[in-house]
Amino acid sequence: MKQQLFENQHQAVWQQIEESLEKPTQGDNSKVLAENYLLLCQHLSIAKERLYDAALVERLNNLVLGLYRELYRYRSETRLNIYVFFKRDLPLAIYRHRYFILVAFLVMVLPGLVAGLWTYLDEDAVYSVLDGPEVRQIESMYDPEARKIGREREAETDVFMFGFYIKNNISVAFRCFAGGMVIGIGTLLVLFFNGMFMGSIAGHLTRLDYVDTFYPFVVGHGSFELTAIVFSGAAGLRLGYAILNPGHSSRLDSLRKAGRDVVPMLYGIVLMLIIAAFLEAFWSSSTSLSIEVKYGVGAILWALVLLYSFSGRRHESG
Amino acid sequence: MLDTRYRVEIPGGINLEAQVVGPIPRFFAFAIDLGIRGIIVFILSILSIPLGSAGLGGGFFLIFLFVIEWLYPVLFEVFSRGQTPGKKLLKISVINDDLSPVTLGASMVRNLLRTVDFLPLFYLVGLVTMLSNQRFQRLGDMAAGTLVISVPDSAKPAAMQEITPLAPSTSLLRPEQTSIIEFLQRSNQLSEPRQRELASILEGITHEKGDNGVEKLRRIGAWFLGVR
Repeated sequence: MKQQLFENQHQAVWQQIEESLEKPTQGDNSKVLAENYLLLCQHLSIAKERLYDAALVERLNNLVLGLYRELYRYRSETRLNIYVFFKRDLPLAIYRHRYFILVAFLVMVLPGLVAGLWTYLDEDAVYSVLDGPEVRQIESMYDPEARKIGREREAETDVFMFGFYIKNNISVAFRCFAGGMVIGIGTLLVLFFNGMFMGSIAGHLTRLDYVDTFYPFVVGHGSFELTAIVFSGAAGLRLGYAILNPGHSSRLDSLRKAGRDVVPMLYGIVLMLIIAAFLEAFWSSSTSLSIEVKYGVGAILWALVLLYSFSGRRHESG
Repeated sequence: MLDTRYRVEIPGGINLEAQVVGPIPRFFAFAIDLGIRGIIVFILSILSIPLGSAGLGGGFFLIFLFVIEWLYPVLFEVFSRGQTPGKKLLKISVINDDLSPVTLGASMVRNLLRTVDFLPLFYLVGLVTMLSNQRFQRLGDMAAGTLVISVPDSAKPAAMQEITPLAPSTSLLRPEQTSIIEFLQRSNQLSEPRQRELASILEGITHEKGDNGVEKLRRIGAWFLGVR
């Protein structure tokens, strides 16, 4: 068949599809899309086989590309099933990254313990980690004398702190994850220094005997926050490991697979840090609640987070 | 190799092609987005003042700042067919490397890893990695399995002016016929001397010189195209 005859025969259909691609209709028209897609695939094959000229082949190629993208848009929209995500995807991703999580946990906790012990025993040690004004600020935050018991902070300040925690904590987690691209070194550094800071602050405040103000404050939101930071570290380490040890696939494929695998953890991290910011701003900061209530709720939250984190194994098949 | 065509086999046994896009348009798209983000942040910072910059207003401002810093590209790429406003202006778009629309997870990965591509300054790492592979992928694209392609122009080929077809005196192979058809269709984009130059190569077929050769070649092209 001559090219012009072919073009004349199908011109109307092509034009109609071109118009429909420019203004995609709402709702499910996947049946029409699929039919058009198959038809255009056939037209493109014919055009290539009969060596019709490049302009026509390009036009058909772009039509197929457009239909293909429309067709698969439905898949991507229906893919994120929230129930399945919480029930299976997230715990499974956590389970599959258990060794990375263990390493991230150790890299954060061990320097924290060492720094904590050191600042607990040695008065001046905290100044090797933090500078003077920072130490004074932290001391004043948890000084039992400075707190007027029973007076609530204003609700508006809580909202400000909520925003502050969201912006800061999630940014830290994201950077911790991104650092994995530098063969994991960036991630290790973020984990190490965060562990050290938190450890030395805890050690120093324990030494000053601010125990009843500091620990009830951190125990609640710490469950979500610390776990999320460890998860972001694990996700970053997975990327770094995929680059260092690609196994049987190419480095690019290995990295790409790691990038896909950590996605549920990324969603989880964002969610956990939002919960943590909420708790930290509105729950932990409350001074009217008794210490026992804070410890009690903190223990429940920790138990929930840990139980959930360890629930992935049964979803692993074979 | 300087070929920017990216081929992938999709269901239907078709080899689909797309043009990947290099650093320059992507830089401009990023700069436009940066400007838009700057304006949004500026407006929000003014709006948040009456609500109290250390209270409610400040809190919301920080949340929006977070969203604009990290999620602006993700939201646009997922919900606006792979295009942030800057990318839309430059007619480029983010797409999965199997040419299906970019998914939320892939978009998250590629945009969170921007931090690394930005290192040590001004996207130097991103630029170097982009230039060292044929798909122009920065590190974030590699980990996410995404590409930036140019959005095909849907402009239809220009209508052809009336031309009387002419049967060639010799038989030609199909690829040769295609070349002549393409000469006909592109002749309005070529300068006249260039047309004459090309036509003179095929003097053996047209048996004409100069403008007559061009004219005859176009008529033969019309014949092969199927004009009767």
